[in-house]
Amino acid sequence: MADTFDRVKKIIVDRLGVDESKITLEASFKEDLGADSLDVVELVMELEDEFDLEISDEDAEKITTVGEVVSYITANK
Amino acid sequence: MKRRVVITGVGVVSPLGNDATTFWNSLLEGKSGISPITSFDASDYPTQIAGEVKDFNPEDYMDKKDIRRTDRFVQFGLAAAKMAVEDAKLEITAENAERVGVYIGSGIGGLSTWEEQHQVLLEKGPRRVSPFFIPMLIANMASGAVSIQYGAKGPTSSAITACATGTNAIGDALRLIQYDQADVMITGGAEATIRPMAFAGFCSAKAMSTRNDEPTKASRPFDRDRDGFVMGEGAGVLILEELEHAKKRGATILAEVIGYGMSADAHHITAPSPGGEGAARCMKNALRDAGIEPSEVEYINAHGTSTGQGDIAETMAIKEVFGEHAYKLAVSSTKSMTGHLLGATGGVEAIATAFALRDQILPPTINLENPDPECDLDYVPNEARKAKVNVALSNTFGFGGHNATIILKRYEA
Repeated sequence: MADTFDRVKKIIVDRLGVDESKITLEASFKEDLGADSLDVVELVMELEDEFDLEISDEDAEKITTVGEVVSYITANK
Repeated sequence: MKRRVVITGVGVVSPLGNDATTFWNSLLEGKSGISPITSFDASDYPTQIAGEVKDFNPEDYMDKKDIRRTDRFVQFGLAAAKMAVEDAKLEITAENAERVGVYIGSGIGGLSTWEEQHQVLLEKGPRRVSPFFIPMLIANMASGAVSIQYGAKGPTSSAITACATGTNAIGDALRLIQYDQADVMITGGAEATIRPMAFAGFCSAKAMSTRNDEPTKASRPFDRDRDGFVMGEGAGVLILEELEHAKKRGATILAEVIGYGMSADAHHITAPSPGGEGAARCMKNALRDAGIEPSEVEYINAHGTSTGQGDIAETMAIKEVFGEHAYKLAVSSTKSMTGHLLGATGGVEAIATAFALRDQILPPTINLENPDPECDLDYVPNEARKAKVNVALSNTFGFGGHNATIILKRYEA
C-alpha cells in the first residue's frame, strides 16, 4: 500500500506539477490538485502503464481522490 | 472612418536571441543564427543546418504544468507575447479585457507533438495517444494559450497562410482595431518545425539549402550562389493599439501601421507566379490601403528567402510596383541572418522593420557576395546602413500563392 501510494504520488507530481506535500490520500484530483478532465485521462494512462492493469472508462469516472486510486490499484493488480 | 493603429510593444524568440533587443542588435551586426542541427540527428538528410532557437527555457515564461501540455511553437508564442505585453506596459484588467484580442498565427502548428504521438500510436496503439494531442497540435493554439494566459476576451483568431502567416495575422489584427472591434491586439506568428518530418518534406521539395559545410553562409538571398532557404524557428509578437488609447495611457509608440494588402498568385502550390505579378498586386493593394504614393516607400524588408525563383520574382515585383523608384529605395532580407521562420517570419520581420524606422538604420542582407544579375536592386549588402526612413514595407509570401504586405510609418508625436 505504502509503495503503491509512493508510486502514484510520483506520477502525480510529474504530470500535474504539484507540490508533493499536497498529495494526500484525501486529496481530490480536480478540487485540490488542479487537474482538469484531460489531466485525469492522462493520469489513468500513466497508472495503467505503471501498474500494468486496465482501468475501464466506467471505473475511471468514479475515481475522484488519490486514496480511491490507491485502493483501486491495490484491489485490482 | 478607419482608426489609426500603432505598435506599442514587441517580443521576440529567434535564432538570433530570445529578446527583441538582442535580436535587433544581432541583425545590425550582420550575425548569422544558422548552425548544424542539434534537435535531431540530421545525418541522413540532404539539409543538416537550421536557425535553431538556443537556450530557450520555457520555465522562464510559464509554469511546469503548462509546459507539459503545450507544443514548442506555443511556448515560443507565449514567451514572445509575455515580453511584448511587458514591453508595452500593458495591463489587462476586468475593465479592458473585452477590448483586448489575440491574433497569433502558425504556418504548420504542433509538428513535434504530431511526430511523437504518431509514434505512440504505431507502437502502443490508440489508447495511449495523449488527451493533449489535439490541443497541442492545432495551429491556432498560440492564440488560444495567450488569450487564456492574460484573460484577453476580445476578438481571437489565427492565420494559417504558410510563410505569409505572421503578416496576415498582423494585418487582420490591424483591421480589427481600425474598425473598432478591439482597442489592443496581441499579434504575430510562432513556429517550431525543425523536425524530421518537415525536413524530409522540404528536402524532397528541393526547397532548402544544402550548404551544410558553411552554415552561416547558407542563407544568401539575391546572391548568385544561393541554393534554397534555411529553416529557422521562433516567434515574433507585437502589441497593436489604437492611437488614442496608446496616447491616453502614455505608451511608448514604436511605429504606426498604415497599410495592409493581400493577394493570391492563383498559379501554383509552391512556385511564385511569373514575374512576381501576384506579389506586385499585393504591394499595390497595401499602398492603396495606406493611401500613399509608391515613391514614399524608402525601405522594403523583403520576403527574400534565398530560393532561386523567389528572389527573382520579388525583385521583378518591386520593379513593377515602384518603377524607377525601385532603384532608389533600399531592400534587405533579414532571413540572410535568421533563416526562414515560416509562419513566424512576418512577426519578427515586422519588428525588424519597426526598429529600422525607430533607429533610422537598415539591417543588411548578409552573404551577398555576387549579386544575381537578375537581382539588381540595392539590397543593403553585408553591412547595416544609416538611412532616413519614414515609410517601410514588409513582404511575406506563402506556399499556396498567399501574399501579404504591411506598411509601417515612423511615428513622431
